[in-house]
Amino acid sequence: MFKRPKRCVVTLLCLVLCLTLGISAALAAEQAKTVKLGWIGSLTGDQAVWGQCELNTVKMLAEELNDAGGLLGAKIEVIGYDTRGDAMEAVNCVRRLTGQDKVVCIIGPNASGQAIPISSILEEMKVPDIATVATNPKVTVVDGKTKPFNFRVCFIDPYQGAVAAGFAFDVLGLRKAAVLYDVADDYSQGLTEFFVKTFTEKGGTVVAKEAFKFGDTDFRPQLSKIKAANPDLIFMPYFFKEVALSSNQARELGIKCTLMGGDGWPSEVLIEMAKEAIEGSYVVNHLDFDDPDVMDFKARYIKKYNRQVELNGFLAHDAFLMFVDAVKRANSFDPVAIKNALETTNVKGITGTIRIDKDTHNPEGKEAAIIKIVDGNYIFQQKYAP
Amino acid sequence: MDWFYVKGILILSGINLMAVLGLSLLTGFTGLFSFGHAGFMAIGAYAAAFIGVNLGLPLIVSLLAGGLVAGIISLFIGRLTLKLKGDYFCIATLGFGEAIRLVLDNVQVFGGARGWPGIPIRIDLWNVVLINLAGIAFMISLVNSRHGRNMIAIREEELAAKTIGIDTFKYKMISLFTSAVYAGIAGGLVGYYTGFLQPKMFGMTKSTELTIIVIFGGIGSVSGSVLGALLLTALPELLRAFALWRLVAYGVAVIFIMISRPEGLMGGKEITFKGILRAIGFGHKHSKAREV
Repeated sequence: MFKRPKRCVVTLLCLVLCLTLGISAALAAEQAKTVKLGWIGSLTGDQAVWGQCELNTVKMLAEELNDAGGLLGAKIEVIGYDTRGDAMEAVNCVRRLTGQDKVVCIIGPNASGQAIPISSILEEMKVPDIATVATNPKVTVVDGKTKPFNFRVCFIDPYQGAVAAGFAFDVLGLRKAAVLYDVADDYSQGLTEFFVKTFTEKGGTVVAKEAFKFGDTDFRPQLSKIKAANPDLIFMPYFFKEVALSSNQARELGIKCTLMGGDGWPSEVLIEMAKEAIEGSYVVNHLDFDDPDVMDFKARYIKKYNRQVELNGFLAHDAFLMFVDAVKRANSFDPVAIKNALETTNVKGITGTIRIDKDTHNPEGKEAAIIKIVDGNYIFQQKYAP
Repeated sequence: MDWFYVKGILILSGINLMAVLGLSLLTGFTGLFSFGHAGFMAIGAYAAAFIGVNLGLPLIVSLLAGGLVAGIISLFIGRLTLKLKGDYFCIATLGFGEAIRLVLDNVQVFGGARGWPGIPIRIDLWNVVLINLAGIAFMISLVNSRHGRNMIAIREEELAAKTIGIDTFKYKMISLFTSAVYAGIAGGLVGYYTGFLQPKMFGMTKSTELTIIVIFGGIGSVSGSVLGALLLTALPELLRAFALWRLVAYGVAVIFIMISRPEGLMGGKEITFKGILRAIGFGHKHSKAREV
């Protein structure tokens, strides 16, 4: 007899779940007159900061567009789903967006590990996707074949690695580089590979290449080895949390050389945690934070959400711009027409001019911004293309 | 609900179910906790993809080969760790799972941490269901055989099992081997479903997820594992309405169910034909007699 009420509770719980699902489906059906734009990315998990900022950005831009009269007379509704950084969840999200919600285009995800597995679903359902910060070349091209429905708005790892190496060698005139990288991270491995390749091709030497794995907090063993190799520069292609820890420890060990990083660096948190240590370091970034267009977007975002814009927000902004531009030129909300229009994109975004190459689906010739950290501020130095 | 979306969830449940069935044998029937089964999945996934892509063998052969590779590696691991008791074995498997992931992160042949894209997609709902049915059928017959009973004896009281002449080490090895083969096949399915493999997919969270499903479904119950895999794979998808709070809601739901049913959904019982008949009215008297 004792077990019965408990069983009731379990059944009830299941019922409630089914109900919420039913209600959300019913609500979705009601707003059929609007056009749906999908978004996927991490709203939870270790990349949540970036994902939330992306979704906020896309929602804000859609709202502004709707207030200004909508797009081709229709209102844009943004539907965002959480992938918690998991490839299988990303596949589920895209199945839901394309199958159930019938979105015309998807923005995101921000990681290559999720952007690659969704491509077969996109091709099956014929819906285009614009990845925000998925920098692995294989997101759009695998074995020489372009994936028809995958696009991206950011530059790719080989490019970013080449920019870092080229800038260090040609502009800064450094000849001996060391690399510290996260062996368990795809982004970090990619950047390392291409940095080393370009730097050695130019005639420089990589005197030390040391690895750690995600979650480590002590980098002293690797840094000691790097110190012994006496480099002019340490390249640190990973995210700001580890950058803060490792740069502090490097200075503690008495390493005085220049530090350099990629687009995983820019964050207010980094300055808070390691202001002294990263003074004078260089960062390869997607954009110049002090550009007037960027400032304008930043101000609107801060006004609406009352928090700082993370790097991904700027790229989500341009992905949205790409989508709007493609719809206008296609003069239709047909996903395949949008896809065809995306292939000939040429718009000026806040992260630079986005000219999509039909053969690679990447924005070609997008210049990188070199940023120097001076007195705890990210100061724009110059645009640089290798 | 759109069928295309539901189909995706079902395929994913099927993939999880394969791994959970194997873990159910090890944890549920033999009483050995493992927190490294994602490691076996990873081995199976990469082996199956390698065999399918580079040697051009058909799906079922490459899946079985993937499972077999995972099984063979489990024999090495088992030889070294199965002498350990209780918690120590658990910690050893945890270390093993992480080690496999890190090795794969470093092996550039398979793309390292950046992953391996471009695996042909060969999985659809029908073949996942067929593979699952075969897996369930084999598991049920194994559990009900002499070997299965020996494993249960080890779970209940290892010393007593030894005393009556069961070779406990051997049966633990068989259990670990079988569960690794299942996990390997599940891993192979992952690769052929998404067309992409990345060591990150097989982290600690995956291992714990599998263990949670086994315990949630009910220790020592095959049908419990089936139900658990279906429910717990679908649950996060059903909770999408909660947006940011989705995983919190998921956690709360799981905790709630575990508190209200600590023995898991099925609690060591099975859904059988007899049981179903009884539930819909046949053999009514019998069940009443039991309740008294």
